Amino acid sequence: MFLPDFDYYAPESLTEAIGLLMQLGPSARVLAGGTDILVKMKSGLLAPSALVSLKNLHELRRIRWDADRGLVIGALATHNEICNSAVVQERFLSLAEAAHKLANNQIRNRGTIGGNLVNAIPSADLPPILIALGAYVTLKGSDGSRTLPVECFFTGVSRCALEPEREILTEVVIPPQETTGSTYLKFGLRQSGALAVVGVAAAVTMEGDVVRDARICLGAVYKTPTRAIQAEQILVGKRWNNNLLEEAGRAAVGCCLPISDIRGSAEYRRDLVRIFTRRALKCAITKGHV
Amino acid sequence: MQAIADKKGVKRYLISLTVNGDEYSPVIKGNTLLVNLLRDELDLTGTKKGCELGDCGSCTVLMNGKPVDACLVLALEADGSEIITIEGVARHGELDRLQRSFIDNAAIQCGYCTPGMILSAKALLTRNPHPTEPEVRAAIAGNLCRCTGYVNIVKAVLDAAEVKA
Repeated sequence: MFLPDFDYYAPESLTEAIGLLMQLGPSARVLAGGTDILVKMKSGLLAPSALVSLKNLHELRRIRWDADRGLVIGALATHNEICNSAVVQERFLSLAEAAHKLANNQIRNRGTIGGNLVNAIPSADLPPILIALGAYVTLKGSDGSRTLPVECFFTGVSRCALEPEREILTEVVIPPQETTGSTYLKFGLRQSGALAVVGVAAAVTMEGDVVRDARICLGAVYKTPTRAIQAEQILVGKRWNNNLLEEAGRAAVGCCLPISDIRGSAEYRRDLVRIFTRRALKCAITKGHV
Repeated sequence: MQAIADKKGVKRYLISLTVNGDEYSPVIKGNTLLVNLLRDELDLTGTKKGCELGDCGSCTVLMNGKPVDACLVLALEADGSEIITIEGVARHGELDRLQRSFIDNAAIQCGYCTPGMILSAKALLTRNPHPTEPEVRAAIAGNLCRCTGYVNIVKAVLDAAEVKA
């Protein structure tokens, strides 16, 4: 399979990397794990004139807990580094589990959290749980950096707010929070190496049996990962029971606009949204950890 | 990294990496994939090419001890790393326990997935010497066997793990 040629740069610092992007112009791209961009290049969907590899920017690989900011994940952390990280497992186990549901072991050893976000496909596994946990990203450019909630990061299918000719996504931050339980449930056609037909993430804050706060995010059923706000509103302030969760599941169906494709029909996806929203909520409410 | 442009302006890069314990310093083009470097330049054709899109796992090699799809790694990205291919699994002419176990359990049919299977399994047993069956299945989930000989492959890995104890 033919891979078009390109110029290759492996800068030693973030400043150098951003400088290279600006100097090389709009047809240069950043290379992180390569598991998406090389497939796109082989498939003829993308032919960058240059790749700026981030392999030497080791500081972007770190995962750490910061008392003020929360869980700070460097954009180059691979999916396996996230699922095996003790601090991720301790603070946000649901994120470690979501990372484990992604692709297969070989891809998880190369693919990065930053790449998963910037690639911006609607069925990506990390965005729903990151949005449910209120995560934000830092985008660094030549004239400073900006932060953006992951929820506002996606602008369409394979489109996001990052300006690839002058910005690099450097970190993903999950702030400290009151959340008492969260989970990401994925329905794929196989257990491994399959894109989500539907993915549902839920994060809840419980006070006894009463739902104080709920955030639900749906994947693979809209052009971007999307919050199920109406379903959340049904829950807040109420004592939970199975009927309430079913009601929330029905409301979530109204928040999505799935397409029919090779993995499932729109009708099938809507039914999966109802069922997986209900299950995800029950799991987040009852499992007793984030 | 050193880049050299020829008369036509085509750039080549000098990298160095260790493959199966031997050091190499090839001069490669930017679009050379690790799998092509191994097969075409270093003549290590045990690493197979299948889908070339990271789905099938036939090109699995160990990069710094971790299984990766060599079809989705630029050779440039492997600069400075340690690669183990199927040719590096046997030691001093003696098959590794895993290889012996694959033969004993008839875990090889056409053989095309076998190098990748062995390397995924090898990485698993290094990290987790006594895996459960679900752990074995998860470890080789990125390696497709289209002869569908999974039952014997899983048996072979579990057997090799037993022997290691």
